[in-house]
Parts: sequence; C-alpha cells; structure tokens
Amino acid sequence: MTIKLQPKVLTGTHFKNGNWAIVEGAIASGIAEFFAYPISPASEIVEYVTYRLPAVGGKAAFIVEDEIASINMCIGASWAGSKVMTATSGPGFSLKQEGLGLAYMTETPLVCVNIQRGGPSTGLPTFSAQGDYMQVQFGSHGDYPAIALTPWSVQECFDLTITAFNISEQVRSPVILLLDGDVGRMMEQIEIPKKEDLVIINRKRPPPGTDKNSFKQFDITGQDDLVPPMAHFGEGYHIFGTGLTHKDSGVPLLDEDLHSELIHRLYKKVEINNHLYPKPEEYYLEDAEVIVIATGISARSALQAVLDAREEGLKAGLLRLITVWPFPKEQIEELAQRAELVVAEMSMGQLIWPVERYARKPCLLVSRIGGTPPSPAMILEGLKKARKK
Amino acid sequence: MTAKKKTNEIDTSTMVKNPPKKFHHPYDELLRKYAIPTIYCPGCGIGTTIQAFLEAITKYTDIPHENIIVISGIGCTGRASGYINLDGFHAIHGRAIPFASGVEIARPDIKPVIISGDGDLFSIGMGHLAHAARRNIDMTVIVINNSIYGLTGGQDAPTTPVGALTKTTPYGKISYPFNLSQIAIANGATFCARYTVYEFTPLAKAIARGMNHQGFSFIEVISNCHVNFGRRNNLGDAIAMRKQFKKARVRMTEKDINKDWHKTDIEFKVGVGFTKIPTGIFLEEKERPIEFSERIVNAYEIKKS
Repeated sequence: MTIKLQPKVLTGTHFKNGNWAIVEGAIASGIAEFFAYPISPASEIVEYVTYRLPAVGGKAAFIVEDEIASINMCIGASWAGSKVMTATSGPGFSLKQEGLGLAYMTETPLVCVNIQRGGPSTGLPTFSAQGDYMQVQFGSHGDYPAIALTPWSVQECFDLTITAFNISEQVRSPVILLLDGDVGRMMEQIEIPKKEDLVIINRKRPPPGTDKNSFKQFDITGQDDLVPPMAHFGEGYHIFGTGLTHKDSGVPLLDEDLHSELIHRLYKKVEINNHLYPKPEEYYLEDAEVIVIATGISARSALQAVLDAREEGLKAGLLRLITVWPFPKEQIEELAQRAELVVAEMSMGQLIWPVERYARKPCLLVSRIGGTPPSPAMILEGLKKARKK
Repeated sequence: MTAKKKTNEIDTSTMVKNPPKKFHHPYDELLRKYAIPTIYCPGCGIGTTIQAFLEAITKYTDIPHENIIVISGIGCTGRASGYINLDGFHAIHGRAIPFASGVEIARPDIKPVIISGDGDLFSIGMGHLAHAARRNIDMTVIVINNSIYGLTGGQDAPTTPVGALTKTTPYGKISYPFNLSQIAIANGATFCARYTVYEFTPLAKAIARGMNHQGFSFIEVISNCHVNFGRRNNLGDAIAMRKQFKKARVRMTEKDINKDWHKTDIEFKVGVGFTKIPTGIFLEEKERPIEFSERIVNAYEIKKS
C-alpha cells in the first residue's frame, strides 16, 4: 500500500481532543515506536498513532498482546536507541507496574500515558477519575522516585508530552503523563508551534572515542546531574541491564551497601534535576486567605470557584499542580503558613495525603467520584467552610 | 557497629595468579569474568548450554558478535545473560520475549537470542511466546527445560512429568506436562529443534542453524536439574541423569514425525526416569514466511510529494 508522507509537526490552529494532542506531541518529540493495548478511554491514542506514525517515517506502531508486553517492548526499544511511548488507563496501568519498576531500576527513558478512569477494578470504563495519583508513586514494589505530569487543557496535553519526553531523556527515567479521562477526550482549540520553535532534547550518549571495553552503562563519574550516559545495543559496548541490584557496570551484586547507594542515587538524581520539572501555576495567591489545590479537570472547576469567591469578597486563590510527582513540597509548606488549604479532587482523597503531610495541619477535602469533577459550587462551599475554621 | 563481612565477595587469596594458558577457558573473551563464579550447582546443564551457545556463535555462524544480544528472564537460566560478554539484558519474570521484540523492531539488524527456562517462558511468559511466534519475529529462543522450578527450590513446573515428586507435589504430580516444541510449532515457529545436554555438538550446530534462520526459531534443551528434580525422583547425580538422556533420546527428523507432533512427546516413568526423549530438528521452513521487521518495511511505501 502506498501512503502519503505527512509533516512531522502539524503547525497551525486545530480543534481537537487531548488524546490527539498527546499523539502529536509524541510525534513532534520524535518517537520511533509505539506499543499499546486498547483500553477505554485511551483507545483513541492508539487508533490515531497507528495512522500517523507510519506516515511520518516512524518504525512501528501496533497493538500488542497485552499491557505487560507493551511496557516491556517499550523498555527493549528504548535500550535499542528509540524514543518510545505507551498509553493506557487504570487497569492497564496496574498491569504495567512491574515493568515500570524495571524501567526505574534500569534507568530507561520512556513515556507512559495514563488516562485515568473510575476504579477500582473495571469500575467506570468510559468515565473520568483522578484515582491513580498514589499508584504512580507507590504502585510498583520497592522504593523508586516517580515523575508525573498532569495537563489541564488540550494545549497542555501537547506541550507537556514534549516536556515529558525531554525530562525522561535528560533524567534517564520513565515519565508518567497522568490525565483524567475528561482532559483526554474534551475538544478545545490547540495551537501547534513551528517545528523550529520546539525544544527537543535527546539522551546523553557516551562521548565519541570512549573505550568500548571499559564503558560502564551506569557510571556517573564526572556527571554533575547524576545521570549516566546511555549506550545502546548493537554498538559494541557490551552493555548489560538487570532489575537486580547492580554495580555501575550493570552486573548484579546482592549487597546491602550497594543497594542503599543505588536507590539513594536514583532518588538524588530525580531531586537534583528539579529545575526541569514544570512549576505549579498560581492564581490570585498574593493576598489569598484560603487556597484550593487541584490538578487536571478539577483545577478548571476550582478556578471558577475562586473567581466566584472573589466576587463574594472571599480572598481565595488556586494552586494548580502540573508536576504532581515529585511533590512540590516547598510551595505547600510556604502556603500552609499563611492560608487555609482546600484540596479538590476526583477521588476519595489521594492528593490530600502529601498536601497534609507538608502543610503539617488538617486540610479540607472536596471530593467527588463517579465521573464528574467537583462542581465550582461544591468547591466554593469548601472554601467558605475552610475560611470559617 | 561491627565491621561487616561481605558474604558474596570472592576470597582471592587462594586463586592462582596468572594461570598458564592451558587453564584458560576456550571462550574466555566471551565471558564476563568478574561475574564468575556462577550461581549454578556443579554439573548443571545450563553451563553446558551456555558453552554450546558460545561455540555456535564462534564456530558455526557468521553473525558479528556486535549484533547478537542475549536476553533472559528470571530463574537459574535467567542469569545466563549476565555471564556472557555480549550486549545483554536480564528482564523481569516471563518478559524476555516482549523485551526482545522491542529490540528487534527498533533495530532489525540485531539478532536477539533468548536463553531462559521452561518456567519463565512457558508458565508466566507463555502468552508472549505464542504471539512472538505468530508474528514470526526474527529471534532465537533457547529454552532450557529442566522439568522443575530450580532457583526457588524445586516446586513443580508446567513441564514436570505426571507422578514426579517435587516439593509442592509430595504425592506425585497430577497434571500433564507441556510438550514445549509442539506448542512452539503450533503457534507458528518456523524453526524448531530439541536436544538434550548430552548431545553437545548437535546442540551447538542447531543453535547456529536457528540463528541463521530468518524468523522465529525455537530450540528446546532437555537439561538435568539433579539437585532439585533428580534427587527427589531417584535419578542420581548429573552424570547419571545425562547417561539416562543418552539412553532415552530417539533421533527424529521432520520426515519421521510427518506432522504428527505427538510423536515428539517425552515419556517419563515414575521410579525409572526418562524413557523416551525424541530429539533432532523437528521443523525448518525452507520457503520461509517473511520475518516481522521485513514485513513492516514492506507493508507500505511512503509517497514523498
């Protein structure tokens, strides 16, 4: 079959949904492969990418046998030198957890999109939710530092996909794009910039002239950002990767000190590169006496609540988290000292856990589950209640 | 705190410094010496299979070593990739095949070789094997079948024969075992061979032949786990088990089988041991269907206009 070559970056104004924007962001970032399993409400991503990727010269985009295979194929392709992405929803994300653990341990750059839906179990397949927040950080066994970004508009779906790829390549870590179903499927205007205006960053590679026999895949000597340069398969470096606790050569050694050193380095690596992660967005925080903290679709609702509150004379503000992991603790600590905090979310209360931990005081939860975000009226009521305390 | 003793460090004081050439391993260059000693029990068939693989890639095939990558899953056999000084990856339990598929699709010039166990590839990872065979992805799967979960201490595997005693079947195994070669062929493997660890040279040649084959090639190695399987079933030590393999093997060709794959079933008698192990090259598709990466390239043509 003959197909027409399409441009890699669809510069211009479009009226599309979040899932479409994620695919465009990934293709603009230069993905070569895409492996996924169909799942509502993320199926649109795989449907569109199988149409788009071959037409821009990508290698392969297809449905694989299951969620577990898709994450492991992504890790394999990434080690072979490709930028890769996979997309799923809650149940699939649960299945991917062991593979994601392997990606954290072997420092594999990749992006995993999770379009959240109602849970637990099969739950509400086509409805929206924000219930996978904790799973991102604590879903796989053991300790690992997660990086997760949450867009709230179709425009941000495109922008943050590129940011997610840049972070994952620079930090050599998986990055989770955590959307709620509403943001994935709502239609909005989106502006795609010119190709030359996009900032695309690729992973650090061993410098030319490196001795192939003595190269170590996890050696951070001389790397200020604690990110080891990555060699790929088939280049003669004889690299080795394992999920076991390993030395900087990649060879496993089951040793207490080594394990502690390795895991601490992984945490430090994510912490030291803090400047790469998007900062929270602030609305009316200067004089705010009560502040609502929210992400994704709940933040849109919360912004309306803040505007309504201001009209009624209540000095309210909104802190919208974009990077949800690592948690922006300094900002919460600082805000908690001067204002009352309200958390609005589409779960039984997951985001409120780290917020209360860093605020060091009880915060008010406005929660609504079942597919609809908390309404502005609900959040406004919460703001008033928190102010009265 | 008292000074900590590192238990897994090697005592080098008794090592011979600069040993004479005759003590060198013939494939010294292809082994990660710093990862050795291996975790394997003395007499284990996995060592034999690794040696057969190294012999295959040096003597019987021209594939450049740079382009070979060894991938394994979890288990005793799972550690094989760590001892071989080529590009390698030790994937999670059962997921060696999807990892290899990802590598092969991203870099079609690379030849992934999977060396893993029967528990890894046919119990937890069975679904992936079926799909990789169906897609005819260009990879070589070497499965070391020792009829048991060795690393975890001898629990019964899907390959454990009926009646066999294991740690978790103290009254004898009840369910039937898999015929691994039959499964691979049924799912679309285009090359399939089986040898016991007793037949070293034919095994090495079969591995090379499988690697030269474009498409999904499958090599089953019947190995001895005398520590966890042999001991509990009164089959003796490593040598005794291999002697039994020698007695039980029946060489079969594609013609002998004549597409009746049940002829390749392994027979095992409680108290006696293996009584029939059909070995040989069971299938080699001469007019091969095109392997997956090539199909991707040929699937469509991009019109630049």
